[in-house]
Amino acid sequence: MSVREERPIPAPPVNPETRPFWDAAAAGRLLLKRCAACTQPHHYPRVICPFCGSDRTEWTEATGRGTVYSYSVFRRAPIPYAIAYVTLAEGVTMMTNIVDCDVDAIRIGQPVRVVFKPTEGGPPVPMFTPA
Amino acid sequence: MTIRGKAYIVGVYEHPTRKADDRSLAQLHAEVARGALEDAGLTKDDVDGYFCAGDAPGLGGLSMADYMGLKLRHIDTTETGGSSYVIHVAHAAQAIAAGKCDVALVTLAGRPRAEGMATGTAPRSYGAAAPDVAFELPFGPTVVNQYAMAAMRHMHEFGTTSAQLAWIKVAASQHAQHNPHALLRDVVTVEDVLASPMIADPLRRLDCCVITDGGGAVVVARPEVAKRLPRPRVPVLGAGEAVKHQAGGRIDLTYTGAVWSGPAAFAEAGVRPADVKYVSIYDSFTITVLITLEDLGFCDKGRGGKLVADGNLIAGVGRLPFNTDGGGLCNNHPANRGGMTKVIEAVRQLRGEAHPRVQVKNCDVALAHGTGGSLATRHGSATLVMGRE
Ligand SMILES: [Zn+2]
Repeated sequence: MSVREERPIPAPPVNPETRPFWDAAAAGRLLLKRCAACTQPHHYPRVICPFCGSDRTEWTEATGRGTVYSYSVFRRAPIPYAIAYVTLAEGVTMMTNIVDCDVDAIRIGQPVRVVFKPTEGGPPVPMFTPA
Repeated sequence: MTIRGKAYIVGVYEHPTRKADDRSLAQLHAEVARGALEDAGLTKDDVDGYFCAGDAPGLGGLSMADYMGLKLRHIDTTETGGSSYVIHVAHAAQAIAAGKCDVALVTLAGRPRAEGMATGTAPRSYGAAAPDVAFELPFGPTVVNQYAMAAMRHMHEFGTTSAQLAWIKVAASQHAQHNPHALLRDVVTVEDVLASPMIADPLRRLDCCVITDGGGAVVVARPEVAKRLPRPRVPVLGAGEAVKHQAGGRIDLTYTGAVWSGPAAFAEAGVRPADVKYVSIYDSFTITVLITLEDLGFCDKGRGGKLVADGNLIAGVGRLPFNTDGGGLCNNHPANRGGMTKVIEAVRQLRGEAHPRVQVKNCDVALAHGTGGSLATRHGSATLVMGRE
């Protein structure tokens, strides 16, 4: 099944802690937070590292490459869509949608790359498409 | 401090309604409270501890104490979604053991059907200030498609099949046929489940729990109170609670917080999974049951599909009878929160008061487990082990 119609995408609420992520998304770049104290990347981004508690977290640009960790096509929706968790090359896993593809052909482990999709009145959000 | 033997479940009540157009939410809470107190042989004036969660109206415990006219010296409104009430029973036992109250009342009620909620299928947001909302809401997370992703991953890693998941619903339906209050009383087959419409791959309509109004209540009391009451005594033997989250993005959908809450509860109770004669397992979806049983140690991780298949969860047929009231899959899921009814059916089993067709013989140890929130990514896990005297 190829999904042609576009699902309206709600705008993400932006706050001071996460504004750099969304400003970068508007410029087509996917950012992660990485901790200078323990070196670990995390997502969603926080000022305080969820692993070691340090506030020495820094924005870092992700490659935008990853693989599908899991997914589900929501058939019940007016316009079916594929929700997924994608594990980035950097090692963190994020919720997203798999788009611009035949949703019936999505598979766990499939390589994907980031694309940014417009939202209703907010910054674009990172989704993924087969690489 | 252990709670083992320090508190007893002395009263339980499940509201018979499944659609409450003609009742207010506060009224439902008060009706289940009265039902459980009557079951115990107590009155509201005996209650000095009260427990409720996010389903209670207004200011929660404060509003309900006001409405019911309770005189309290202990209150606890721990909110862990549908697992809250399993935790509340444990916290009530702890409070009693610590001398903070003598008779604790726990209530749950809701009317999602009367209010026309799209419970499992509408994207859910907990408000703009929730730290995860911006990174999830745009992608359309619903209850069902998030649980579906856990099922998809489990199938990928362990070869679990849709037919194995279907056996969980089949077992629930076999039990529900004997429950006159159950919303769905028709027995279904694996084929029926597999033929039901796909909602979110790989979960079909019959993999999903019902949406019902109603509620339930439990009364927990100290031994001195329990011993003068006429009902069979159900001691709280042990409890465990845990929160599992996304670990900063190191997401693993294949297990739940039951891997922590289960061992804690078994250790406190001094029993092992093999000692448990009956289990009430939160069944928001079939996959919830399968993963929870693995995590509680009823089989090895990844072997849950084999454990639940071929009628093994059916009372009188299999070796691990579960949810003999029909569970959330067939009987009742009041307020979209299933923890309360899990405790209630376990108490019925321990008292020997389950329906004769599903009563487990010599049921001396039972377990109730709640899972509240988003499976494997943000949920409360609560395990309660109970006995009989
Ligand atoms: Zn750190």
